[in-house]
Parts: sequence; C-alpha cells; structure tokens
Amino acid sequence: MDLFQIIDDIAKVDPEVYDRFDSRRAAFRNFLGFGKKVTAAALPLALPALFNKAYGQTTGGSGLPQIVRDTLNLALQLEYLEKYFYQTALASSILPAGSEQRGAIEIILNDENLHIKTLTSVLKSDAIPDPGRSGFDYTGSQTNRRAKLFPSLGDATTPNTGNFTNLAEFLMVAQQFVDTGVRAYKGGAPNLNTPTTKDILEAALNIHSVEARHSSRIRSLVRGGIASTSLPKSWIAPAETPATPPLPNNGVAGAPAAVGPYNAGAPATGTAPASYFPAESNASQGNPAVNVQTLVPTGGSATAGAEAFDEPLDAATVKAIAKNFAANPTALFN
Amino acid sequence: MYNSHNHFAEPAADPGQAASSAVARRDFLRYSGAGLAIGGLWLAGCSKDSDNVDPTPGLIDVGSGDPGILNYAYALEQLEAAFYTQVVSSFYTGATAAEQAILKDLRDHEVIHREFFKAALGSGAIKALTPDFSNIDFTQRTTTSGKMGVLNAAKAFEDLGVAAYNGAGRFITSNDNLVLAGKIVSVEARHAAAIRELLGTNTFVADDVVDINPTTGTGQERSKRPQAVLAIANTFLANGSKLSATSFV
Repeated sequence: MDLFQIIDDIAKVDPEVYDRFDSRRAAFRNFLGFGKKVTAAALPLALPALFNKAYGQTTGGSGLPQIVRDTLNLALQLEYLEKYFYQTALASSILPAGSEQRGAIEIILNDENLHIKTLTSVLKSDAIPDPGRSGFDYTGSQTNRRAKLFPSLGDATTPNTGNFTNLAEFLMVAQQFVDTGVRAYKGGAPNLNTPTTKDILEAALNIHSVEARHSSRIRSLVRGGIASTSLPKSWIAPAETPATPPLPNNGVAGAPAAVGPYNAGAPATGTAPASYFPAESNASQGNPAVNVQTLVPTGGSATAGAEAFDEPLDAATVKAIAKNFAANPTALFN
Repeated sequence: MYNSHNHFAEPAADPGQAASSAVARRDFLRYSGAGLAIGGLWLAGCSKDSDNVDPTPGLIDVGSGDPGILNYAYALEQLEAAFYTQVVSSFYTGATAAEQAILKDLRDHEVIHREFFKAALGSGAIKALTPDFSNIDFTQRTTTSGKMGVLNAAKAFEDLGVAAYNGAGRFITSNDNLVLAGKIVSVEARHAAAIRELLGTNTFVADDVVDINPTTGTGQERSKRPQAVLAIANTFLANGSKLSATSFV
C-alpha cells in the first residue's frame, strides 16, 4: 500500500487534500520518518488518525462518525432508562435492606452508572443530556397519555416520578430491560466495527457481556433464587418469545407493528451478509444456515438450540420498545 | 473481593513459548518493513504471513483472519464441551437438582457451540483437541484437596470464554462473524453469572471479571487478548493439543 498513491487518488476527488495535510505539516512530517519514527506496524493505527485530523469534524465533540455517535447515544439512553429504574426501585420499599434482591440491584446500578460514565467519556459533548428520573415513565403511560402497561411502577398522578410498589412486576420489567439491552448492544456492534473504532467496539463488547451477566442474575431472582428449579432459566428459552406480550411500537419507522424484548426485529429474516434480526426462539444459525437444535447431544434438551444463541436487535426496534417508557415519547429514543 | 477460588489468576507461562513468540513477532516486524519508514511508505500485507507456517513448534496455531478467530472460538468451545460432558456423565457428590439442571443446559449449549463451529469451519477446522483435566476433581463440587472442584473449574471456563470472545472481537473483519460471536458470548456470560451465583451470592459481576470500582471503574468486562487466554487454556490441554494464536496480538 503506497500512501502517496492513496493521497493522489484522493486528490482526484478532493483537490485540496494536500492543503488539508499541509496545515498539519509537523504532524505529517512524523509520518515520513523525519521526526519520531512511526513503524510500519503502527501505521494501520496512525493512518486513520492522520486522515481524521485532515477531515475530522471540528465541532469540539467526539469527532466520531455519525453512525458511531448514534449507536453509542442509543446505548446511553438505554443505560439511563435502566439507571433510574433501579434507582427508583432502591428508593422504594420493594427491596428490603439486607435482602439478596437489594444487593443484586445495588451492584447492577453501580455498573449502569459506570457504563454511563464510559459512554459519555467517549461521546464527549455529543452525548445526549441526562434525562433524569422525570424523563421516564416506567408505568408505560407516557405521562398519562395512555393506559398504564405496568401500573405498579409509578403512582397514579405522577407516573414519571412515583415509586414502585410491586417486586414481581419490577423484576419482570427489569428482565425485559436487560435482555433488550443485550440485544441492542449486539445489534449495534457492527456499526462500531471500523478500523478507527476498534477500541470503542471492544468497550461496547465489554459492556454487552456485563449486561448479559445482569440478565442472568435478574432471571435467577425472578425464579426465586439460583437454587430454584422454576422458570425462567438464566438464558432465554424459546417459549419466552410467544409468552411475552408484545408492546406498542409507538409509530417508530422501520420497526415491526408489535415489538418486544424477545420478538423479531426488522428485518426479521434475510440472508447473510445482510443483517437480520429473528426472534429469540430462532435456532437457525450461520451461512449456510445450520439448524443448531440438530447439534444437541444425546439426552440433551429440546430447547437448547435456541438457548445457545442470543439474537441481536436493530436500532429501530430497540427504540420502539424503549419509547414505551419515555415520559415524553417525542423526547427520547428518536 | 478478589476471588480466592480463581486458580487461573497466575497461569504458569511456558518460558520457551513466550521466547519463541517474541522472536516471531520481531521477525514479523522486520519483514513488514519496520524501521524503514522513509518517503515511500509501504504496508506489507500482513494477514497472510503466518497462514502456512507454524512459528511455534509443538503448538497448533489457530490461523489468521476471521477463520483464525473462529478456530480460536472452536478450540475454547471444545474445551468447555469436553468438560461439561464429563461433569454430566457422573455428577459430583451432592449436586442439587438446580445444579444438575444448570450443568446439563451448559453441556448442551457448549456441545452445540462446538459442533456449530466445526460445521462452519468445514475443512478449515483445527483438529479435535485432547483436554487435560488432571487438575480437576470431578467428584467434588468445590475445591477440596489441591484440585479444582467442578464449579470452580466451570466458573474459570465460563469467565475465560467471555473474556476471550470480548478480546477477540476487535480482530474480526466480517460483521456476520462479529454478530455470531456476539450471539454466543452473551450466553457464555449468562452461564458465568449463574455458576458464580452457585458459588457465592451476588458475585455475578465481581471485581475479578468486571471493572466495578465505583469511582475509578468503567463497568466493563476485563476482556483478554488471545495470547493471555491461550496461556490459561493450554494448561487444560494435553501436549500436542496446546494452541497458539500468533496472528492476533
């Protein structure tokens, strides 16, 4: 790869390319070996930085491509959705002091706060403002614009500030939040997979798995503790897809008519290399597709194939799900 | 906060392996033109350099590019599947109904993962690996007499798997493969949290695996690059089945 040939090629469509570099003459000289030497091995890392400086956004924000900013800001909104949800639960009386449930939610809230810190440190001034507790209505009434979906998660007159009163409903919605979060990070990962954003990709993957750990823990709380053999499992069983009532899609363009944490996104089907987003009951993986249930060992369970793979979700469907919990549906998850 | 059961914390690195890896890397840098940074800059195509050469004799290299990462995942899934298959074939003393149900599900999931990668890789797959579980006491739930108990080993395998997938993500080119890895790693994280919970209440994101310090932390999984992962994984693989991943540094 000849750097000058690349720049010549760029000059064909952007005659000012040399001027762009020239204004950073000192930096460019380093790349030519006059200053601190840049090894060829480091070039794949250094080259994007050079072009970013020549072409980068100069608004004082993150300087990241729009798709990266959008992906991280959606993740950030989901983290705020979760943060105030857990914070409200801890302020209510549904999580008794010293209980296993309270301990778990305290740990999860700490993680969400740290995720917010990590995401905002990457986004800088491109980060969305903190919506605060009043930015969310966990009853799903969108501040009394419609009937409540989860009446115990906020009070009658001020659903966007009210306390929670029912542990089971809280845990059920918590499970759906974290599983939506896991699917959202998974679906957003390809947007971060560019040569200049590999560190951001790695950070997002490292948050993704933590969200999955949260889901596993909340699911064991829902079934009454890790020693219980009741449902749900700590992983997503295929029967959860039809059993979980769908949510309104809030008119989000590109999202299915009914959305849900375990339902299909858009498009629901397709052929690699296009991205598609089947329901969590999916057991067809890879290209060429393999029915992974056929790979279960002798004596194995009939549901293991779908359980062994979690599914991603597209941004539009994630927004449609989350918008159900915005205090003002025009203000968040757009 | 740091887990006293963690037998993997300080893997005994094979000194010979470390030295030969360093040499291989130095050679790679030299051949790819390091130090020759003059006006005409060249980037040697590096993705194919180690395809056909085993730079660390005695080790099976997973290869390069996306197939290399898939083989890396295949190797780790082989290890997990072999472990749980042995666990389920004869449960340890006192395994509760919930523990047996969880471990059976994990056996199923890991065997499916292994077989899926084997099918996806086709003729490009590395061989079936021979594990070495001599440091695991399959009759004991937790560590008793120097050897790892079943749940200690399960925790180590699951946490290692999560750290491995996360640390390998940056090396994946194809977004299909990235999503595929993502579909599996979150299931591994669910496993890890459940096994941890069997060992200790609310240890699902303890500080040894997630950077959770309230003031200085990032809330991120402590992922591991392939070299660090294989140094641990190789302690559970027999001679002739130990691995290297020289393309992924």
